[in-house]
Amino acid sequence: MNRLRLLVFAAFLLLGTTRTVAAPPDASPVIVIENATILTVTKGTIEHGSILIKDGKIAEVGPSVKAPKEATVIDADGKFVAPGIIDCHSHIAIEGGVNEGSISVSSIANIAEVLDSDDIDIYRDLAGGVTTANILHGSANSIGGQTIVIKLRWGQPASKLPFEGALPGIKFALGENPKRSNFSVPGQPRRYPATRMGVEETIRGAFTEARDYKNEWDAYNKKVAAGDKSALPPRRDLRLEPLVEVLEGKRYVHSHCYREDEILMLLRVAKEFGFKVRTVQHVLEGYKVADELAAAGVGASTFSDWWAYKVEAYDAIPYNAALMIRRGVVVSVNSDDAEEATHLNQEAAKAMKFGGLTHDEALKLVTINPAIQLGIDKRVGSIEVGKDADLVIYNHDPMSAYAVVQKTLVDGRVLFDRDKDIAGRAALEKERKDLLAKEKAAAKKPDEKSGARKPGSPQKPEEKPGEKAKPPSGDDAAASSGKGGAR
Amino acid sequence: MKIPLFGRVALPLWFLLLSLCFGAATPAQRAEATYAITHAKIFTLAGSTIDDGTLVIKQGKIAAVGANAEVPAGAEVIDGKGLQVYPGLFDAVTQMGLSEISAVGATVDSSETGNFNPDVVAATAVLPSSEHIPVTRAAGITEVLAVPASGGFDSSGGRGIIGGQASALSLAGWTMEEMQIKRSVAMVLNWPTIQTRTFDFSTFTRKERPYSEAKQEYDKQVSELSDWIDRARHYAQATGHGGPSDFERDVKLEALAPVVRGQLPLLVFADRARDIRNAVEFCDKQKLKMILAGGEQAYKVKELLRSKGVPVILRPMLSLPPEEDDPYDSLLTQPAQLAEAGVKFAIGSFDNSFARRLGQNAANAVAHGLAYEQALKAVTLYPAQIFGLADQVGTLETGKIANVIVTNGDPLELTTDVKYLFIRGQLTSTDNKQKRLYEKYLNRPKP
Repeated sequence: MNRLRLLVFAAFLLLGTTRTVAAPPDASPVIVIENATILTVTKGTIEHGSILIKDGKIAEVGPSVKAPKEATVIDADGKFVAPGIIDCHSHIAIEGGVNEGSISVSSIANIAEVLDSDDIDIYRDLAGGVTTANILHGSANSIGGQTIVIKLRWGQPASKLPFEGALPGIKFALGENPKRSNFSVPGQPRRYPATRMGVEETIRGAFTEARDYKNEWDAYNKKVAAGDKSALPPRRDLRLEPLVEVLEGKRYVHSHCYREDEILMLLRVAKEFGFKVRTVQHVLEGYKVADELAAAGVGASTFSDWWAYKVEAYDAIPYNAALMIRRGVVVSVNSDDAEEATHLNQEAAKAMKFGGLTHDEALKLVTINPAIQLGIDKRVGSIEVGKDADLVIYNHDPMSAYAVVQKTLVDGRVLFDRDKDIAGRAALEKERKDLLAKEKAAAKKPDEKSGARKPGSPQKPEEKPGEKAKPPSGDDAAASSGKGGAR
Repeated sequence: MKIPLFGRVALPLWFLLLSLCFGAATPAQRAEATYAITHAKIFTLAGSTIDDGTLVIKQGKIAAVGANAEVPAGAEVIDGKGLQVYPGLFDAVTQMGLSEISAVGATVDSSETGNFNPDVVAATAVLPSSEHIPVTRAAGITEVLAVPASGGFDSSGGRGIIGGQASALSLAGWTMEEMQIKRSVAMVLNWPTIQTRTFDFSTFTRKERPYSEAKQEYDKQVSELSDWIDRARHYAQATGHGGPSDFERDVKLEALAPVVRGQLPLLVFADRARDIRNAVEFCDKQKLKMILAGGEQAYKVKELLRSKGVPVILRPMLSLPPEEDDPYDSLLTQPAQLAEAGVKFAIGSFDNSFARRLGQNAANAVAHGLAYEQALKAVTLYPAQIFGLADQVGTLETGKIANVIVTNGDPLELTTDVKYLFIRGQLTSTDNKQKRLYEKYLNRPKP
């Protein structure tokens, strides 16, 4: 882990944020971005426009702004400014596995408790313009773990990552993954459910319990309110509590799904228990039931052009996002993968080619639409006065494969700066070499003196740290070396 | 095909296009037809670009190209005004036709079991009616290398060491015989790696073992490989000199004979700098022709690659760096670095369902410093040259196979459409399973 700390530390030096990180939020810098093509997303495009950033918020946007003298000026002549990208399906910043896969209802597990602010993928995705991500549990269970929306505040501790005020979620999963079609655990019997029928019953069973549990508490609270001092509270059930929150509309359901039949199944079960499905994730056959999704007011978060990695992805089409948009569904394009997240702008642009979305409609797929889906559109997703200054500066129009992120701002702070990243590489490399040399020298010493190896000292100098085989960021057994994801 | 274009198309072609639109399953039609694309901007990739030129296609080949090329009598004319003509893109490493649905083993034929399979040939198992083929060619990719044991989405198990022979094919045809450009183009060698930590996808668990154990296995594998090469050399010598009458035939050693004779290059899969160095050293010592495939850290050994003249098929730029403290853009900037160092390279998708991202990957390399022309050649001419197929594909020159795309813009850009697609000189539909599903559900009545 030394290496990682070095990297994090060096990144602070690089970004020059060593001081500001420790400073209170009100000390955020005043910044003016000038001469930019501003893609506001909700209010059209402003050519040669400026943005004034104060207290981490967008204070002014327009052809010109009244900038105070002390403001730091970023000249964005010839460049494009867009809202920070919002990734509605991510597995970055998670310590350890993303799946509590042992049981089919793992609602007791909570991603918020295992956030890892040192994950290098936070920085990499930031370098791809991502500023907000919906961090999801894996798809091994019909009802999976609790989920959380974070901002990519690279350099801040895990406690500072959660998006303030964003409702937490819970992951559901339908189809091949929860029924374990594509893999088995040796030595273990098949886990229930093993069919799509069983997936429905697993969800129905859990919500039947949750409804009874809620009724117990409601009855108890009623008694207490009526002044009954002898009333005994029900025994707390940490597995059912998040489901009660779903029933009460305090927690969003984000459900992994593929096939048209299972999508409609979930809508029926939700209706039966009176809860809303906030988003359906992947939803590669969403285009087949777009009207039903629109009528139910369910958001759809999909891939740009992934297909054929399993049977339920064989009818996937790259026109999915556009077709659902045309039928009135709020659609986002997500990554499910730390690498895919680095070019979500490009993935959104594909909906212009496949299905004929306009430039701005395509850009919405990774900005305001996911913000709406996550219930954070009052704070982020477009460039408007009063919104968080989560911005990306590109050297070209972000709806092009030639666009490269130059700077990414979160809460009005520049957390990624391409020029500074490049300029700092030589120093980083030198520091890395020095540290490795130092470590090697330290490892040799005990041998020379006593002939005994110090416990814990490196025994395998040739084993390079990067050699670990990192599993895909998601959890699909079918995932291979290329694109890893919960898919 | 969008309606306004029909106005520009000569009448016979109009009917042909209609028949293509409705005869969806037809991969190609009328081999004997002659076509002329006129008044188009032609990027020949052999010499300078022709701003207003004509390209003539006859009997499957490029018959003429130039500013003043004559339109033969009876040719079906496509008015290319406002359009651009390029050689079709060449995806240098794929599992095309070898894998349909990667999670379903029954549909996957990409990796044979066992460590040494020099005798297996990709062309044998390529499914001409794979749904991946029309989807891929709609992205302007007209030819690919189908490579056994090349990983991608499809290989969840081991890939062995000598994986078999890669085949070059055009992406249209009723049979493999029609599609095939060359049956045996390269011999796949998955360079052994010293792996202390692995991930087992069948159980979804990490496995660890001591370095010494991993190194021991690596040494054993390299020594086995040396042994195979030595035996193949002896075998080739013996068969080359007639040999005794009771000579026992060995199909595997026979398959390796062209490799040890230097006629068939090894396509060596290696990503880390150390592995690349070891592989180059091995091939140099054994006097084997090497093409590197993968090469995530090729930039770290670029001088070695240049001095030994080893070309590289790069895996997608849109991949994360292998090591946590690599620069975040190391794979994106690598093509520019290799070009500057004088290392020849092409780009491959190393996949099947992601093959259509080939142009996107090349564009991302341009965005990170690679000259545009180099990027375009890295997905057309350079793979053809590296695999010894440049006399057949890769540029728009007279006599080459007419694998040609006509686009409304830069073929590497995300939003560009392929307006006309010629494969082996035949006007080929860009229709595919996904387009058909789109049209079907676009017309679904409101419930």
